[in-house]
Amino acid sequence: MTMQTVHGGVAAGYEAVIGLEVHAQLLTRSKMFCPCSAAYTKAPPNGNTCVVCLGMPGVLPVINREAVEMTVRTALALACEIPAFTKFDRKNYFYPDLPKGYQITQYDLPLSLNGHLEFSLDGERTRCGITRVHLEEDTGTMQHAGDVLQEATSSLVDLNRAGVPLMEIVGEPDLRSADAAREYLVRLRQILMYIGVNDGNLEQGSLRCDANVSVRRVGATELGTKVEVKNMNSFRAVHRAIGYELQRQVGVLEAGGALVQETRGWVETRGATISQRSKEMAHDYRYFPEPDLPPLQLSRETVEEIRAAIPELPQARAARFSEQYGLSAYDASLLTATQADADAYEAVVSAGVTAKVAANWQMGDVAALANEHHLALAESGLGVAGLAALLELVESGAINGPTAKELLTELYVGGGDAAALVSERGIGRVSDQSALATIVDQVIAANPQACDDFRGGKTQALGRLVGQVMKATGGRADAALVNSLLRERLSG
Amino acid sequence: MPLSPEEVAHVATLARLGLSDEEKRRIGAELDLILEHISALQRADISDVPETAQVGNLVNVWREDEPAQSLHQEQALAEAPDTDGQYFKVGAIQE
Amino acid sequence: MTTAGLTAAEMAAALRRGEVTPRQLLDDARAQVDRLDGSLNAFLARTDELADRQALRAAEMLRADAPAASPLCGIPVALKDVLCVEGYPTTAGSRILDGFRPPYTATAVQRLLDVGAVPVGKTNCDEFAMGSSTENSAFGPVGNPWDVERVPGGSSGGSAAAVGAGMVPISYGSDTGGSIRQPASLCGVVGYKPTYGRMSRYGLIAFASSLDQVGPFAHTVADAAAAYVAVAGHDPRDSTSLPDDVDDPGALLQRGVAGMRLGVPREYMGEGLEPGVRARVTEAIAVLQKLGANIEEVSLPSTDLGLSTYYIIAPAECSSNLARYDGVRYGRRVERPSLTDTLMRTRGEGFGNEVKRRVMLGTYALSSGYYDAYYRRAQKVRTLIAREFDAVFESVDALVCPTSPKVAFTQGAIQDPIQMYLNDALTIPVNLAGLPGISVPCGFSDALPVGLQVIAPRLCDARVFQVAGAYEQATGWHARRAPMVAAA
Ligand SMILES: [Mg+2]
Ligand SMILES: [Zn+2]
Repeated sequence: MTMQTVHGGVAAGYEAVIGLEVHAQLLTRSKMFCPCSAAYTKAPPNGNTCVVCLGMPGVLPVINREAVEMTVRTALALACEIPAFTKFDRKNYFYPDLPKGYQITQYDLPLSLNGHLEFSLDGERTRCGITRVHLEEDTGTMQHAGDVLQEATSSLVDLNRAGVPLMEIVGEPDLRSADAAREYLVRLRQILMYIGVNDGNLEQGSLRCDANVSVRRVGATELGTKVEVKNMNSFRAVHRAIGYELQRQVGVLEAGGALVQETRGWVETRGATISQRSKEMAHDYRYFPEPDLPPLQLSRETVEEIRAAIPELPQARAARFSEQYGLSAYDASLLTATQADADAYEAVVSAGVTAKVAANWQMGDVAALANEHHLALAESGLGVAGLAALLELVESGAINGPTAKELLTELYVGGGDAAALVSERGIGRVSDQSALATIVDQVIAANPQACDDFRGGKTQALGRLVGQVMKATGGRADAALVNSLLRERLSG
Repeated sequence: MPLSPEEVAHVATLARLGLSDEEKRRIGAELDLILEHISALQRADISDVPETAQVGNLVNVWREDEPAQSLHQEQALAEAPDTDGQYFKVGAIQE
Repeated sequence: MTTAGLTAAEMAAALRRGEVTPRQLLDDARAQVDRLDGSLNAFLARTDELADRQALRAAEMLRADAPAASPLCGIPVALKDVLCVEGYPTTAGSRILDGFRPPYTATAVQRLLDVGAVPVGKTNCDEFAMGSSTENSAFGPVGNPWDVERVPGGSSGGSAAAVGAGMVPISYGSDTGGSIRQPASLCGVVGYKPTYGRMSRYGLIAFASSLDQVGPFAHTVADAAAAYVAVAGHDPRDSTSLPDDVDDPGALLQRGVAGMRLGVPREYMGEGLEPGVRARVTEAIAVLQKLGANIEEVSLPSTDLGLSTYYIIAPAECSSNLARYDGVRYGRRVERPSLTDTLMRTRGEGFGNEVKRRVMLGTYALSSGYYDAYYRRAQKVRTLIAREFDAVFESVDALVCPTSPKVAFTQGAIQDPIQMYLNDALTIPVNLAGLPGISVPCGFSDALPVGLQVIAPRLCDARVFQVAGAYEQATGWHARRAPMVAAA
């Protein structure tokens, strides 16, 4: 691997021009135009279909209002404008996974326009324009006997996914490296999950990403030949595919070749994009207004209601965290990675735990346990309240750090009442005067030399004595109290 | 101007209509006549006339997001020319 | 003594007097079909089990509460084969749907079943409702009850002939550019096309979505009104169906036209009308004047653009609506080694000439480089045509004019597509503007029926019935039956 793919940039003298087209399935209960469930994976093949999504003769679509609102919510979260008038159109093409022979989508008057997404890349603010966010319907799925399409003898069609609400988020070609593309997608996914419109699953395709990739000589104003890259099913794939494609294009140009405008598929196993040039069945989608669906006119009030319901978005929340809780930008972004994490943190802090202490534990031991058990804090036996209770014991001095760590590990899965366990096992901090006094006297008796050294002015000798007391109490003695007891007796 | 044989063939491909050469020739000629007959459209004064896609004057017609029972697999497949019992079966895609 | 040829109102009265039962009406209807359909070919399929069940159900409903029962309760009806009936063959007159049995029932049909109507069968029609003669059916042409050598008009020719031949008193068709009114005119029956959005299109196999409307055929305006009321009204499954309640035309049927302002569009009386048609329609207008209507000539200057507009918009929509017939989920499929060849052959062999012609025309009109010149332009002219109707309805309450420029012509006589399209020149603008329109019998030319068309503003469906009803009651045409109706 060369430097270029490490940073996902291009060779000196060239500039990468990348735009992402993201399709996101909406988390509605029913499909876009029929009442079939939008949770299409549970049913047997073609068992999540009705006459409407099967495209039977004579059926008609009816718009799912929630899907419209989720799309508007997304558009607003991406700073888009919501035009007063929008409509659906038909995109005509033939494919066995497209039951009606057309996809109901939006062409010239989409639900939203002109937004942007900001994110920081290597500490720099980066902004990528959002051309539009529109609403359409998903297609069915196909399996090809013989997994290489070209060698398939027959294909199987499952229409369970056909008609699931699908949002298309078209980004401007503002991205200049594979890193930027990946970060854009990470941030976009985070927002979609924050506002509850998508589950962010790239592997299973509920979130899908295509990339338009081209390179041009630095300083050139016109765009280079655009290649559309598909089949990227993870952040890693997106990063590698774009990095590969940038290198490939520069390579072609450097070799004096010319690039063809085409669609290329990322093949994970080969770590390369390969051309999907199809026996050209000329594409001409013949868009026209969907006559079966009246247009939409969203009132300002409706739009503002939807805007008001949008939760605090990750970036704003991270900014507030560093502001309000005095956290570093890095810590703040870690703690706001998901809405659940951020909510947990604020719950713990509002329960009285010091912001910094809560942050360290949540980013450290809690995160480690969550990983180890694939179990988020909220779902764990400990729970958010449990963590708060445990950390309060630490802060009140009732238990020390090592004890808290042991309890955390134990309670995370099993659950239980930290305070109860502490007293029941007597593992609380020893801060009882008389109990410590006896131990202190024993230590003084057993270490005459150290005592003389201290009296002789070697104050560091006190440290040794404290250490002995700690040893005797299994580290649970209240260090401050031990200190004063020793001084009191030795300066007697 | 009349449609070229290539245009007729292209349109037939877009429409996925398998036409014999005789059909292409005949339909091509008929399309020429029809397009000629409706060329009156081109003379109509439509400067700043809005388009009419629908005549119902309706907006915001939608349903609430409530799922309902779907068909069973065998009902969905009942009318299909070819299935494997679970999926609709089609020939190999050679595009 | 058979009940065949009676009006639905006469049958309903006999049912309530206990003189007949739904069963007898059904048997008479079947006997009439058996006797005449060999020469007419009006039916593509019988819905016998359903009819038997409905006859029983209707008897129950009448026994339970006859006064409350619908006027269609126990009445035999026929359904154009573009209306889906669960479990029964529904072909839209196309080979590509030969043997198809939909797993669901159209809303319009369901409403008929709910009021106890008795569906005798599915009627023949032009393939996917594309045509004006019913000669484009993949299952053979339909004869006209007044002369079986002639066409019944189209595309709902089977439904028109079924009523004209006294097989059923009421049938349903669909009207995209005249497909109910024109065959009604040619078969000497009443045919009604409601305001766009009045009748649910759910379960109506689509031809051109923005123009299609379901509507009834009957012997009388009153029967047509009852048949309309039984099915009209909002359907949440059809997003283009109108929410407003349907006003019952019943009250207006007797009101007459005294003082009403009726317009006669100059462009609808121009050349292209057969002399016999012009004469009958002129007489009909004189009758309305005698009844106290103020007749004035009006102008709809863009009328001649209607046909051109229609022959862009309708084919464009149909090219998309018919894309679903790919032989994957239902319908006939012609197997070939590759998917693409299978698709091309399936559609190439499954569709007939007229359908292929319109799919080609519509695909072309929408294809890149031509959209603005054809489709977008047609949509704008559509606005002009609608505005001209709005303008004339400022000064008149309704329009009266011929339905069809011709009486029934001989089968095979018209080969040139454009000559065929011209049959709908006077009905198409009504669909483009989404208006209600009716064709009511207004006499004969060379022993062949002529129809008078009444057109009203959007949502003024009741007014159409009012004018047509007044005319009908002042004349005896609705009582005339084709000679074949009475058993030999
Ligand atoms: Mg899309
Ligand atoms: Zn469905």
